[in-house]
Amino acid sequence: MKQHSRLIKLLVSFAALTALSAGLAGQPVLAHEELALEHAPIVEGDKASLQRGARAFANYCQNCHSAQYLRYSRLTDIGLSEEEIKANLMFSSEKIGDTMTVALEKADAKAWFGNPPPDLSVEARVRGPDWLYSYLRGFYKDSSRPTGWNNTVYHNVGMPHVLYELQGVQEMVGEEGAKSLKLVHSGKLSEAEYSQFTADLVNYLVWMAEPAKATRIQIGVLAIFFCVLAFFVTLALKKEFWKDIH
Amino acid sequence: MSDSHSDNGGRRRFLIGAAGALGAAGAAAVATPFIMSMLPSARAKAAGAPVEVDVSKLEAGMMMTSEWRGQPVWVVNRTPEMLAQLAKNSDRLRDPGSENSEQPEYCKNPNRSSAEHPNLLVVVGICTHLGCSPQDRMKAGNAAGMGEDWPGGFFCPCHGSKFDMAARVFQNVPAPLNMRIPPHMYMADGRLLVGADKSKGA
Amino acid sequence: MSTETENTKLAQVTQWIDARFPMSSLWRDHISEYYAPKNFNFWYYFGSLAMLVLVIQLVTGIFLTMNYKPDARYAFASVEYIMRDVNYGWLIRYMHSTGASMFFVVVYLHMCRGLMYGSYRKPRELVWIVGMAIYLCLMGEAFMGYLLPWGQMSYWGAQVIISLFDAISPPLALWIRGDFVVSDATLNRFFAFHVIALPLVLVGLVLVHIIALHEVGSNNPDGVEIKKHKDPVTHKPLDGINFHPYYTLKDLVGVSVFLGIFSAVVFFAPEMGGYFLEANNFIPADPMKTPPHIAPVWYFTPFYAILRAIPQKQLGVIAMGAAVMIFLALPWLDRGLVKSIRYRGNLYKTAFGLFITAFLILGYMGTQDPNLWYVNPTSQICTVIYFSFFLLMPIYTRLDKSRQAPDRVTS
Repeated sequence: MKQHSRLIKLLVSFAALTALSAGLAGQPVLAHEELALEHAPIVEGDKASLQRGARAFANYCQNCHSAQYLRYSRLTDIGLSEEEIKANLMFSSEKIGDTMTVALEKADAKAWFGNPPPDLSVEARVRGPDWLYSYLRGFYKDSSRPTGWNNTVYHNVGMPHVLYELQGVQEMVGEEGAKSLKLVHSGKLSEAEYSQFTADLVNYLVWMAEPAKATRIQIGVLAIFFCVLAFFVTLALKKEFWKDIH
Repeated sequence: MSDSHSDNGGRRRFLIGAAGALGAAGAAAVATPFIMSMLPSARAKAAGAPVEVDVSKLEAGMMMTSEWRGQPVWVVNRTPEMLAQLAKNSDRLRDPGSENSEQPEYCKNPNRSSAEHPNLLVVVGICTHLGCSPQDRMKAGNAAGMGEDWPGGFFCPCHGSKFDMAARVFQNVPAPLNMRIPPHMYMADGRLLVGADKSKGA
Repeated sequence: MSTETENTKLAQVTQWIDARFPMSSLWRDHISEYYAPKNFNFWYYFGSLAMLVLVIQLVTGIFLTMNYKPDARYAFASVEYIMRDVNYGWLIRYMHSTGASMFFVVVYLHMCRGLMYGSYRKPRELVWIVGMAIYLCLMGEAFMGYLLPWGQMSYWGAQVIISLFDAISPPLALWIRGDFVVSDATLNRFFAFHVIALPLVLVGLVLVHIIALHEVGSNNPDGVEIKKHKDPVTHKPLDGINFHPYYTLKDLVGVSVFLGIFSAVVFFAPEMGGYFLEANNFIPADPMKTPPHIAPVWYFTPFYAILRAIPQKQLGVIAMGAAVMIFLALPWLDRGLVKSIRYRGNLYKTAFGLFITAFLILGYMGTQDPNLWYVNPTSQICTVIYFSFFLLMPIYTRLDKSRQAPDRVTS
């Protein structure tokens, strides 16, 4: 009996550990950062947000960044119909089963940006949502950079601030050690609207990095339920037989 | 030892049964994703999506080949003579009414074609014997080297199976069935779509 | 009546097979009439669980091979293809990646059991040595398998570890890679080893491990030999019980709990906070750019920490190798009068506690940035403790004041 209560305790502590690491997941630290990461206010599985994110990705990112492992047809998972996908998110020459490639040639891209823009299919699993959110909001004017832009979480970034018309222009102000960003020209979107816009885009990037995630969690609940049931049945069976052992 | 065994025989049997049933259900649940993983993937399905074919330039008596799901799909524009010959073939065919052969319901007729374009034959160019691709012997008579009474059709070089101009199999050859007609439809602009029809949507 | 005829039919089939293959006697010798001590505790679940994980890895591995491409141009993409396009490919892949880590969790606990209860000692030296061979094989399997996704951590991890062989002999590293850097040639041969060579060896060694164990009989938490006291009539050990049904059923309980934990990871935390799947491995391998911080997967970090703790490259490599190999000498280093930690004196208990603590701390240090001020000194202290546990063992086990072990097992 003692052994089984120990087993249960172990199970509980493992479950706690799992929950803890699930909470920690997606927070890798890659480059040195000047400012702390902002928490990305995303609601995973919010289809309206994901659809807005899909549109933002097609309009602002996909000119240079591919998502070569994601098929357009997969967007039906976030509640879009094939007609909507074809009409709003695809070039007419593409088919619904195609993956999201980009017309930009790798060689050109390397000449223009120093490095070819990375494929974004699994970027959210590399950076984590908070980094992406902070990155999209962290561009500021820096005349020492060839593009004129720098970034708070990606120092000396090669990418220009493609969203500046929406966000406006930020500058880095304050003393060393107490720096902060200040909006010096406002953009087309208010600060709240831009927060929503970037959160939607990050939400979409997170979804894109693992489209099977929702299914995974659904099946997981059943699997755990089954294992708990199996535990009680096998335990009863074992006890029944072990009555013989003295 | 044996006492408690007999005392609890019923409970024991019940628990063994419950554990066995649970184990069988678990094994089936675990096997499912593995078996499903061997079905065509999203990529294979995308590659096997319906294909559009422009048949407007296909002249009478001519044939063109396109590809659908990695297989040759023939489109043959049959002449009135060829169509007239089809009715006379019946007693030499194994399955003249296409009763056992595979075709969409709208092609289950002597021409094996849809009512919109009865002259056009759309067929998967694969012999029903062992999967070779037959050759075109569309000219009737001895011109194709098929004998005086050859009514025109297709010939499989692998094992000598013969088909008529509606891809129906002749008697006394190894192929068991008529060649397969894929689902197809004509779109508003007159182009042919192979792999989808009105019942399944485009 | 009908069940009786069925029974005779079944008996006939059994007889027919037994005349040609020792089916019934194998079943008796290894399952139904293998007598295991009746006092197995929690620590005795991990042997059967290790076999379960082996089966999981073999089956998921076979199905991954159906869609994986061992080619530097396509490897990364084929993994994402499995994760997205193949039906349930994500599940099969997560089971395999989680299985790799869980294999080490289970094997480390299984080895810890052996240490605690003296399962390596006479007459079980060969059981222990074959077990160590399995562990080494598993390390090779994990290392080579980790290259296959062809991400940045795959690539640079392999680069760093293979470079260790440079310390022994540069041509050796070249021979392992088959190129001047880790390349397509390396990937292709690691694939061959990972999916064919090592699994064959692994399965063979597991069989040998079990045969050797069943020859000498299982140890137990009291560390006493149950074969000493046999029933004078039946010659069955008095403290032994039939493996089947008692331990098969007990192990099923363990399997249910294990599968619950396994599912929790697979379905709710497949990355396990970056310990089972590392964030940087979602970037395709780039031979031109090293990620800022490279650490091996968690199950190698204790040995990696020992490597880094020693400031000279060759000595570091030797120490790391010795840290693994020294387990092989355990049966001859231990001079204690009793096997089980239950009856050992405070000297051994202290040494064992220090060793486990040092091993865990080393594991943590191996994941940390070596430039942090505390990493190197702590690793060095723990390395000393680690080796002292083994090298001083002949002394402290002899001086240790152990209690008399009981004659029969306690329940």
